[in-house]
Amino acid sequence: MPDKPKVAFYWCASCGGCEEAVVDLAEDILKVVEAVDIVLWPVAMDFKKADVEARPDKSIAVAFINGAIRTSEQEEWVRMLRRKAGLVVSFGACANSGGIPALANQFKKEQILKYVYEDCPGVDNPAKTRPQTETTDEGRTVTLPEFRSMVRSLDEVIEVDYYLPGCPPTPKLIMAAVGAILAGKLPPQGTVLSPDNALCEECKRKDSKPADLALTEFKRPHQIQIDPEKCMLAQGLVCMGPATRSGCEARCVEGNMPCTGCFGPSSRVKDQGAKFVSSVFSNIAPKEAPEIDKVLDGIPDPIGTFYRYGLSKCILRRKLN
Amino acid sequence: MADNNGNQKDGLPRIGFYICHCGTNIAGVIDVAAVAKYVAGLPGVVVSRDYKYMCSDPGQEMIAADIREHKLERLVVAACSPNLHEETFRKAAAKGGLNSFYFQMVNIREHASWVHEDKAAATQKAKDLARAAVYRVRFHQSLEKKQVPVDPNVLVVGGGIAGIHAALTLANAGKKVTLVERESTIGGHMAAFDKTFPTLDCAACILTPKMSAVKSHPNITLWTYSEVEKVEGYVGNYKVTVRRKPRYVKEDLCVGCMECIDACVFKEPKFPAKFDQGLGKRKPVYIDFPQATPKVVMIDPETCIQFKTGKCKKSCAAACDRDAIDFAQKPEIKELQVGAIVLATGFQTFDSKKAPQYGYGKYPGVYTALEIERLVNASGPTSGEVTLRDGRHPKSVGIIHCVGSRDEKTNKWCSRVCCMYSLKLAHLIKEHSGAEVYNFYIDMRAPGKAYEEFYDKLLSEGVHFIRGRVAEVTDWAMTPEEEGKLVLRVEDTLAGFVRRVPVDMVVLSTGLEPKADAQEVRRRFNIGCGNEGFFQERHPKLAPVNTFTDGVFIAGACQAPKDIPDTVAQAGAAAAEALALIDAGHVELEPNTSHVVEEECSGCKSCVALCPYTAITFNESKKKAEINEVLCKGCGVCAAACPSGSIKQNLFEDDEIFSEIEGVLGK
Repeated sequence: MPDKPKVAFYWCASCGGCEEAVVDLAEDILKVVEAVDIVLWPVAMDFKKADVEARPDKSIAVAFINGAIRTSEQEEWVRMLRRKAGLVVSFGACANSGGIPALANQFKKEQILKYVYEDCPGVDNPAKTRPQTETTDEGRTVTLPEFRSMVRSLDEVIEVDYYLPGCPPTPKLIMAAVGAILAGKLPPQGTVLSPDNALCEECKRKDSKPADLALTEFKRPHQIQIDPEKCMLAQGLVCMGPATRSGCEARCVEGNMPCTGCFGPSSRVKDQGAKFVSSVFSNIAPKEAPEIDKVLDGIPDPIGTFYRYGLSKCILRRKLN
Repeated sequence: MADNNGNQKDGLPRIGFYICHCGTNIAGVIDVAAVAKYVAGLPGVVVSRDYKYMCSDPGQEMIAADIREHKLERLVVAACSPNLHEETFRKAAAKGGLNSFYFQMVNIREHASWVHEDKAAATQKAKDLARAAVYRVRFHQSLEKKQVPVDPNVLVVGGGIAGIHAALTLANAGKKVTLVERESTIGGHMAAFDKTFPTLDCAACILTPKMSAVKSHPNITLWTYSEVEKVEGYVGNYKVTVRRKPRYVKEDLCVGCMECIDACVFKEPKFPAKFDQGLGKRKPVYIDFPQATPKVVMIDPETCIQFKTGKCKKSCAAACDRDAIDFAQKPEIKELQVGAIVLATGFQTFDSKKAPQYGYGKYPGVYTALEIERLVNASGPTSGEVTLRDGRHPKSVGIIHCVGSRDEKTNKWCSRVCCMYSLKLAHLIKEHSGAEVYNFYIDMRAPGKAYEEFYDKLLSEGVHFIRGRVAEVTDWAMTPEEEGKLVLRVEDTLAGFVRRVPVDMVVLSTGLEPKADAQEVRRRFNIGCGNEGFFQERHPKLAPVNTFTDGVFIAGACQAPKDIPDTVAQAGAAAAEALALIDAGHVELEPNTSHVVEEECSGCKSCVALCPYTAITFNESKKKAEINEVLCKGCGVCAAACPSGSIKQNLFEDDEIFSEIEGVLGK
């Protein structure tokens, strides 16, 4: 039997949802397994770092890497995978643009460590012990990865060939990507493997969006009974659809929840949050500052709303002071 | 200069950079040679020169020659504001065979040399700005200007002396003009005046012939008692919606015989006549004044018994042998197509009640200047007899200047005409009543042709002048002589003490201010206002009748307070500008417009409502937004707001803007 292409899956700062997405391929996973050899998949299979290290460079056809990059260990792993793999696919919102972990970029490293090891309710740490990268105990030296000062996207650490968007990517897009790679039918390097239009393009509620939203208040999903037919924005809900790449088939909206923007922006947009803010806030009805402020009070967490998945890949990126 | 005339190894377009000395305007502060030397080292730059006057013929020729000789593909000129010379250098580029839009201008005069004293810092800033332009210009695209034809018809809004003069000038030049006036007659403020300063010629005698000329001119359509409701379109092609309010009299049938007025069931005039500032009375069916144009009566539904009860015997209608009275008349909506618009919407006078220290509305002896205009007018409510509200003849009159002018608490500006009309009123009051007249002024401002001489004449006529801003007008007498009088308390700043001057009549020389609805009007015509609310001209010196909206011109006191000669001059200028636009036959549109990239648009409609020029429509069959590039003004709102980046604006594409930002930040 000739050698099948070798595939690696790896995770960095992530929740495991992207792994779940692979499992969600259901019986299709069998087609994948049939076509390839999986040589690394920490969530499901027992390979060690040394096993991968031992492989020749470029011997892995493609490495799917999910999760954002926060620690020195993650950097080591992805750099190694970059050497070993012919193609690297940045898999999911965290790898692509920081994702949920990147929301920590609103805080400095010291703030985070102090909160987690000292101030957080339930912490009992009178000596204020913090994790160290190296410590000696009974003559043995133990190491921990370094916690970096910010969360970065995968392509800020290594070169990335393709991106699969989503939190997580949908099985359909994953299969399409695997299919394209196996068939060698690849778009230009750097392409996001999903259509380059905004979500409204494939949203069934598109026709119910008025030309003039004239928003007078913002509501959050738990505050209203959501109309299952009508455009979310027309109901005063922050739906990131207009500023978010399509390809998910508007799954959240199908489930009667507004889009939160996990597919990231189109290729033309450098900053998804800023773009959406510029767009939707231009559609607020009041024209005077006090009334505008009142409308904006409906969005208590702007960063978490507009940059939920993209804080590593925007103009703001992180808090400096 | 630097010339590395080889092939560009970095694959960048070949850029030529030129920095202007502007005499010493720029070179006096900025080290232009150092900037040229610095830019020569930037990537892509193959020629970098400094020159005394880039805008001169030799300067432009140098650019054109360099483009040919050095095969320049991009051009950057650091000089003055693009408002001044962008077009000059675009032409220079075209002369050298380069598309005009492969050019970027850097303003280092207004933005650097004129506003900084630190030479080193100003030079550094010039370098930063030049670098930004060099980075940006790489991404410039070849663009072409579009031409659209101009509709030869003109709309004039406002039928005061400004609108009248502009309309007549345009009509005499053979253009079809529609003159829209809000009130029931044209004539404006001037029609209410008795005499005009400084010549003291009769206002009606010089104005009414022009009013009749408007009415009878074959090229002028006159719509009084009408208002512009909506303006759509763009320079050369405006669509205007006008609402003609019902006057309950058929304008085409009425000949102004006024028999209906005589026949009205009200035997005597009973209601305050607005045209007479409320000093005279009118009936429910009335005409403002005998020379009103058009000479058509109107019915006020607020006071007419037929409208109020439906039970009048309608003797007015019976008296009209032409059946012109129409109680069922409805507003009419008219649409117009015009190429240019002249706005001459005038001013309002300051509301004297906002200066309560002068007792207007409290003491019957206090009058506004406009009221006095009617009192001294031979065709006014008293036939020119100066009488107080109680019928007495004033023996002494005090005229207070600068009421609602030059005042921190109300209007800060000088209204320009009040000193002169106060002198005129002083003369007329004295002439009509023989009363002693006192002028209370801050400064006497008489800066027009024969104005100072008029002031001299008044001085010789025995009118009193007291320099000082009046503190208050009171009826509180402190001496027997002050009993029954109005007392003006004022610090005489020339004599150096506080005076109390008892008079019978007080005249408030109210200032000029923007019309109450100036903001609404300017939005309707899409032009700007200054802080004080007068319409904003495009340039205070060089484009005083143009606005920032091409094809919309302003004339008269809607732009700033001015007297009749200046108003007429400006109205003529506005008409000439409109003619220049129309007779050119077409307009060139800047190509800095936006367009939707159809295959990228998701049809989210976010842009549609945002366009201030209604240039964006949603194509329901394609489910995509579309931009009419002729309507687009290139404001960039849609391009900024398109949430998927599917709208692009020429000359302001993301690559151009981001590289410019990187350039200015020195990245």
